Amino acid sequence: MDVGIEGLTVTVAGARLVADLSVAAPAGTVVGLVGPNGSGKSTTLRSVYRALRPSAGRVLVDGDDLWRLTARDSARRVAALPQERHLEFDFTVAEVVAMGRSPHQGRLDRDSDTDREVCAAALRRVGADHLSARGFLTLSGGERQRVLIARALAQEPKVLVLDEPTNHLDIRHQLEILALVRATGVTALVALHDLNLAATACDVLYVLDDGGVVTSGSPCDVLTPDLLAAVFGVRAHVLEHPVTGAPQLVFSTALDPEGTL
Amino acid sequence: MATASGTVAPQSPQRRSPALLVVALALALPASMLCALALGAARVPFGDVLGYVGAGVSGGWIDAADLPDYQIVWQVRLPRVLLAAVVGAGLAAVGVASQALVRNALADPFVLGVSSGASVGATAVIVLGAFAAFGVYALSVAAFLGALGATALVYLAARTPQGLTPLRLVLTGTALAYGFSAITTVLVFLAPRGDAARSALFWLLGSLGGVTWPSVPLAAAAVVAGVGYLLLYARALNALAMGDETAAALGVEPAPLRRRLFVVSAAVTGCLVAVSGAVGFVGLMVPHLVRMVTGADHRRLLAVAPLAGAVLLVWVDLLARTLVAPQELPLGVLTAAIGVPVFVWLIRRRAYVFGGR
Repeated sequence: MDVGIEGLTVTVAGARLVADLSVAAPAGTVVGLVGPNGSGKSTTLRSVYRALRPSAGRVLVDGDDLWRLTARDSARRVAALPQERHLEFDFTVAEVVAMGRSPHQGRLDRDSDTDREVCAAALRRVGADHLSARGFLTLSGGERQRVLIARALAQEPKVLVLDEPTNHLDIRHQLEILALVRATGVTALVALHDLNLAATACDVLYVLDDGGVVTSGSPCDVLTPDLLAAVFGVRAHVLEHPVTGAPQLVFSTALDPEGTL
Repeated sequence: MATASGTVAPQSPQRRSPALLVVALALALPASMLCALALGAARVPFGDVLGYVGAGVSGGWIDAADLPDYQIVWQVRLPRVLLAAVVGAGLAAVGVASQALVRNALADPFVLGVSSGASVGATAVIVLGAFAAFGVYALSVAAFLGALGATALVYLAARTPQGLTPLRLVLTGTALAYGFSAITTVLVFLAPRGDAARSALFWLLGSLGGVTWPSVPLAAAAVVAGVGYLLLYARALNALAMGDETAAALGVEPAPLRRRLFVVSAAVTGCLVAVSGAVGFVGLMVPHLVRMVTGADHRRLLAVAPLAGAVLLVWVDLLARTLVAPQELPLGVLTAAIGVPVFVWLIRRRAYVFGGR
């Protein structure tokens, strides 16, 4: 489904975190948000999975304004992997994935056969069906992310929102998680720190800085030495990936503030 | 991805359904209550107990010679045993809710300042004779008002434009609890009579001594309504336990839910503290003990924990009035004496993971 963020402005406690920001994600694409720390990536994503109410602007999913839907209705369309990592109680993997069904269930409904099938399919999809009886807290970082993706898939969403899903993962798991997201075929909004990973995994990149969009387009068009110098303050050289042809970056030194290097 | 292997659709392995456990506890509860009605300073045969309860319920008649035993069972023990079950169930359920509400394994129903506020009210009655206008209910009324006052203060102090955040709630509740217990301590020290200090300490540790029928309906109604409410929100509690952002992404708005749970928990705990004092450890221990068996899913946890809490407190109260008869022990002393070793043993024995690891 098409996702459109239009003129998004988010103000928290007097601080304007994001101002008049717009993003368009056509159905089935993987759209990456990149930018320095504090550029507004997480804030933008939070307003899509309804953790942070925008002060102005709209988030449209197939034309419907998400913030005009009920929380439940919205959770049937948008599923998310927030950055939260702390968990106090040891739910099993099966229980964590089953939570993904809650927007589809009434208050007193028990898990139906459909619910169980959807959850089992979601776990198979991420290759984690063997973990189902394990405690979530006993899993490795890569396993946890897989299970959380399964929970998101159990919501049967039209849109996936992932905030730094590859943080703290080794390189193999980073690649696997992003491959998994692409394989779902669901429209995805992903915030990423690693620009090379973003260039490989995303169809479209939005570069954010200071709460607004600097530029957007295909990774080839966006990741240029000039842009990297201007937005990230680093000196970069763009190479071509020998297999995929995606742009890959090699960095020299951070620029000094005057940019005289 | 290696998903092609899935021609056999494996039943997702689940923890055993709690139905058996619920049935077992539902049978154990009346059996325990029967024991508690029969045993004590005066022993009443089990058959007679049933007869007296039947007579009391149906308004039937009994022999004049049975009157003393009837009065012991119907007037003295039954309200006390019922309240023990009600208080145990309530503390266990609110303990579960509190732990999810502040997302902290160390939380119990008193984490939000309820018991310390109630203590100030109760101590004021015991030591200073405040609220004399309420007669025999002065203690309950004062404790309830103290509990509500404390909770309101915690709520107002912890509130932010973004709502109630778990850490703020815990810190504010804990800080204010120190303040309230300082007031209680000062009151006890100022007590003109030595036995007043003793009564105050006894109340602070929880007791069902001297409860009468009029205390039962309100506390029972509060617990039934509270547990019912929590059961309705069991799935939402799961989402909340995963974190506020996750809850939002799952269609559960965390801020209003936390606010409502806070009010329900405070109201139920306030009613319980008003009739029984601050019985410690039940609201912390029972949720963890039950979680070891049922897992963390609140749908199971909330079905089992109230029953387990009820059975536990019926026995604890029986021990409290029989162990050193004719003296009575405070309930809090026994819940700790039984609970601490059991709890430590279970935590060491089982691979029970909580507190993040």
